[in-house]
Amino acid sequence: MYSYNEFDAAFVRNRVAQFRAQVDRRIDGALTEDEFKPLRLMNGLYLQLHAYMLRVAIPYGTLSSAQMRQLALLAERWDRGYGHFTTRQNIQYNWPELKDVPDMLDALADVGMHAIQTSGNTVRNVTADHFAGAAADEIADPRPYAELLRQWSMDHPEFQFLGRKFKIAITGSPNDRAVTGAHDIGLRMVQNDAGEIGFTVLVGGGLGRTPMIGQVLREFVSVRELLPYVEAVLSAYNSYGRRDNKYKARIKITVHETGLDAFREKIEERFEDLLPQFSGVDQDLLGEIKAQFAAPAWRNAPLEGFASAYDSDPVFRSWADTNLTEHRAPGYAIVSISLKAHGQTPGDATAEQMQVMADLAERFGHDELRISHEQNVILPHVHKSDLPEIHAILKAHGLATANIGLASDIIACPGMDYCALATARSIPVAQQLALRFDELKIEHDVGALKIKISGCINACGHHHVGHIGILGLDRAGVENYQITLGGDGTETTAIGTRTGPGFAYDEIVPAVERVILAYLEQRESPEESFLEAYHRLGMAPFKEALYGDSLKGSRARAA
Amino acid sequence: MSRRFTPKVVTANDLFKGDVIYLTEDDTWSRDHRDAEFIEDEAHAEIRLIFASQQAGQVVGAYLADATTGPDGPEPVHFRESFRAKGPSNYPHGKQADQQLNA
Repeated sequence: MYSYNEFDAAFVRNRVAQFRAQVDRRIDGALTEDEFKPLRLMNGLYLQLHAYMLRVAIPYGTLSSAQMRQLALLAERWDRGYGHFTTRQNIQYNWPELKDVPDMLDALADVGMHAIQTSGNTVRNVTADHFAGAAADEIADPRPYAELLRQWSMDHPEFQFLGRKFKIAITGSPNDRAVTGAHDIGLRMVQNDAGEIGFTVLVGGGLGRTPMIGQVLREFVSVRELLPYVEAVLSAYNSYGRRDNKYKARIKITVHETGLDAFREKIEERFEDLLPQFSGVDQDLLGEIKAQFAAPAWRNAPLEGFASAYDSDPVFRSWADTNLTEHRAPGYAIVSISLKAHGQTPGDATAEQMQVMADLAERFGHDELRISHEQNVILPHVHKSDLPEIHAILKAHGLATANIGLASDIIACPGMDYCALATARSIPVAQQLALRFDELKIEHDVGALKIKISGCINACGHHHVGHIGILGLDRAGVENYQITLGGDGTETTAIGTRTGPGFAYDEIVPAVERVILAYLEQRESPEESFLEAYHRLGMAPFKEALYGDSLKGSRARAA
Repeated sequence: MSRRFTPKVVTANDLFKGDVIYLTEDDTWSRDHRDAEFIEDEAHAEIRLIFASQQAGQVVGAYLADATTGPDGPEPVHFRESFRAKGPSNYPHGKQADQQLNA
């Protein structure tokens, strides 16, 4: 893992001191809200529906146990005993008071963390595959490149006032778990014919009110070219992106309006200028960063304990079957800890749970944790012999729900329970759906199913790429929920299609249930996933399940 | 034709705590929607909003929100304002907790 050098530490500490003075000046009246607001946003502090909200960056979702413990401390000391992990691998605190925020930031700086560039029209937290460095299917660990991008984008003078926010995601695996197709820049690690590692660069993906899938800008950018190439993209966007209309200011609109080929020409032109300016300092730095991401010393241990627990304990077996992923090292597994206990708020962890997870990482997990964009916590490096004990500890703290990748593993944005932009609630819809699936005991039979809920058109809940997407809107002063089907956030990125009219708050859970029951009825075999069945069947049977009676009514009227 | 004026309250967030507050008739700020000044006249609403907006050392983002009369004072009309007046639905935090403490 990367540890701050003297420069990082001094920079972050200095920023906290600046912000402390800014808060003081706001409180004593020297700064107006109009003057203060951009300053607080630069430091991740929003004013939401019920309180301030502090968004803390977790670079590429990687944490040490000490950092996780500090997140728990913040929750306990300055918030209400919990934190909310987000779809951008960050954590949000929903209840801080203004005067406490500089102390919170100082506490974060103590463990090499901050809240800088978690808001504003800048390059946001660079996100990555949450299984990076552990996955068996990976070409290489993408995190050194993510860290290089973090250092380059942090306080980059040219990119502090972009037309709009800018999100970069990176994957080292061909199985895309980082949603790179829905980011302003998506980086997919590839190997060329010579065996050299590089990146396919996608541009102009994004969700929100105008969902678009990223297009390939260049099939292969070498490691040496990465930084100048990304800088060329940002630079071209900064020059040609629109600033007249906030809703048309993201790079996806620039690509769409300029045309991919024309925009590519501008980028290549800029790249030619930039490349010679990168003298190799960045590559030296990359070398230093890479050394810090060296794999831990794997250990050998007998696996009998794991095998006997697997054979004798059905609860452990169910959890192991659902929540473990193949690791690249023999004898190891990747553990996904579900923050989606049925009926709980997706992505929330109490301070105590954070401490438990930190302890587990320290004792059993080479001191590493990850946050996934699907709002779960990962122990990336666990030897299988330790799994029975880990499972027992997780179970004792409400963290052993066996539902990773299943129907109740729902992404939900904070929605109108917290967010000032929201048009409807998301969290209670997710809670009720999960409780219903648990009641029906069908989710293991249903299998892989991604349900994603956003409480407004900005799509923080990634509903466009949910197999079942739910979008909450305000229709004439009443909450209304639209359903989309067939979205896909992986390397085969697809935007879901709307089924038809929306559903009222008390109708949305039964509506989703009807979609799932229709799938169970129509699938060819249990091996055919929901998404595969949707591709084969199309929308018709699901529409029928959702609107059956009213469809018949409208056909009769039309006849 | 201009839209007919509907009754309002002045609401904002507290600068220090960030929580939801309402302007009362006697120029103070209350954390309880029922204490808010119920404004039925459009011109008066504008004056009260200007008054609220001038208190930059105490409040942030003052605006007029639709309200209706209830047995104990003004009540919110839109569901967003109901959530602001009560707190989130997933935990007993926010005003619902504070009001329990005060009860």
